[in-house]
Amino acid sequence: MLGFLLKRLATLVPTLIGITLVAFGLIRLVPGDPIEVMMGERRLDPEAHAALVKRMGLDEPLPVQYADYVGKLLQGDLGQSLVSREPVSKEFAALFPATVELATAALIFAVGFGLLLGVSAGLKRGSLLDQGVMGLATVGYSMPVFWWGLILIMFFSVQLGWTPVSGRIGIEFDPERVTGFMLVDAWLSDEEGAFKSALMHLILPALVLGTSTLAVVARMTRSSMLEVLREDYVRTARAKGLGPTRVVVVHALRNALIPVLTVVGLQTGSLLAGAVLTETIFSWPGIGKWLIDSIARRDYPVVQAGILISALTFIGVNLIVDVLYGVVNPRIRGGGH
Amino acid sequence: MSAVLERPVEPPGPLREFWLGFSANRGALVALIVFALIAVSGLLAPLIAPHDPIEQYRDHMLTPPVWAEGGSTRFLLGTDELGRDMLSRLLHGGRVSLGIGLAAVVLSLAPGVLLGLLAAFFQRFLSPAIMRVMDVLLALPALLLAICVITILGPGLVNTVIAIAIGALPGYVRLTRAAALGEIGRDYVTASRVAGANVWRLMFITVLPNCMAPLIVNATLSFSSAILETAGLGFLGLGVQAPTPEWGTMLSSARDYITRASWVVTLPGLTILVTVLAINLMGDGLRDITAPEGRN
Repeated sequence: MLGFLLKRLATLVPTLIGITLVAFGLIRLVPGDPIEVMMGERRLDPEAHAALVKRMGLDEPLPVQYADYVGKLLQGDLGQSLVSREPVSKEFAALFPATVELATAALIFAVGFGLLLGVSAGLKRGSLLDQGVMGLATVGYSMPVFWWGLILIMFFSVQLGWTPVSGRIGIEFDPERVTGFMLVDAWLSDEEGAFKSALMHLILPALVLGTSTLAVVARMTRSSMLEVLREDYVRTARAKGLGPTRVVVVHALRNALIPVLTVVGLQTGSLLAGAVLTETIFSWPGIGKWLIDSIARRDYPVVQAGILISALTFIGVNLIVDVLYGVVNPRIRGGGH
Repeated sequence: MSAVLERPVEPPGPLREFWLGFSANRGALVALIVFALIAVSGLLAPLIAPHDPIEQYRDHMLTPPVWAEGGSTRFLLGTDELGRDMLSRLLHGGRVSLGIGLAAVVLSLAPGVLLGLLAAFFQRFLSPAIMRVMDVLLALPALLLAICVITILGPGLVNTVIAIAIGALPGYVRLTRAAALGEIGRDYVTASRVAGANVWRLMFITVLPNCMAPLIVNATLSFSSAILETAGLGFLGLGVQAPTPEWGTMLSSARDYITRASWVVTLPGLTILVTVLAINLMGDGLRDITAPEGRN
């Protein structure tokens, strides 16, 4: 197991170097003088310009700049925001939990319902239920996230008035920040109704973000179930006289979950990308919205860090999935046959 | 008996066989018709659009569609916040969105196939370099990669195409490489090599035609995601810039009109959904005939 893990980590090294090169190149590849591009409308006198060039190390040779950049990264220094003058890592620490909270809620929704729908469709193959689920899954997969969000806001928030339109919690509440996860912090606080408010704020964004993942998980679970139900061990289990629930849950589903797990790992990417759109629609203060706002403000150090963090998150989650995969399916660990 | 033998049944040609398989899938067939309608109306937009898509009828701002109260037959699908005709914008938007999608597919397919074949044929020297670069590109979700490229190049129509093409590139490289590796060891390739075919001939004439099936399916599916990404970038204000009618860009200001002009929100999104859905269904149909073993 350890060998498998080390080998998997080793293959990441070139990717990680590549990612830092991309993030490093982001400011420097922009045509024109990077300082002027970053400043945009804000004009600088030559002295301030020179000072900024010096501060950002842009007068050094590129390899030195890169080494400096990576050195700082390894110490957790992501640079400084040009707009707020705060260290990027500090802003990031404040916003990251919001995105994780949203993505986790979306994932729970997507995997929960996706498994349920996929399994029922797979068990009743060809039935009306199966066709309905598969049809809806195709629609969900084709759905433009941002529009779906607008439609749900229009219906649930504006027409019915059930859910709030934006933010993480009602403005009347201000739970003390303990974990950074609003739902947990609201739960821990004594304020009456804070938890409910946080939950209501979370529902729509999570639903919107989870929709396409739900569709993918449902499709994958269904086809994986169909495959597994044909296997000898399922027939054996049935022949032994085990009840249908036991056969489905213990014998079939457990094995059907293996490919589903991979899909969930790959879906982190679409969750991250979807978070950019979802957070923008619902004014959800996470790293997706931060990234887009920073692009508009030409706050390049923040954009650089946002891209880097997204890539690292994606790589990290897929690493975890790979390891889990090895745990679930021992054939992978030995290098495969 | 002899009558039967006189006219033996001819097996259908490859194109005919393909069509028989595709048209047996009713969903895919309907999707093809819907998509053809959207594509043709986009192509003919300058001829059939009732108004200029960027002309602002200042006296008719936010006119509802014809079926709603206060609608007029002059603006069948209503007007937007600046008094522009929705129908004309949607028709012209089809040109932009489908055009970008198509251009992005071509721009990622061609270099993707070339790099994939090179990686398969030069496993010792080129493959590691090419595949490591692709790993880096794959470490960012397509939309974020596109945002990255837009940050460097700036927003705009051409840059949207480039950004989306770069995002789709790794998929083609990996797919081509995997398919080509599966073919390289086969006898017909060896025979061709022994007969003296050079590496370029082996790559493009011998091997590539046998790798086309998964590539065509992937091209269809990446066409639909290109349209979604174009719209996403447009919505974020990073894609095609106003006043060019593009479906996603049309939605970027729509949020402000949720309460009083629902058609400004619903129509562009519905158009995107129907288009993407049609392409995806076509893709599913194609996959079912090209890879029957994956059919469930």
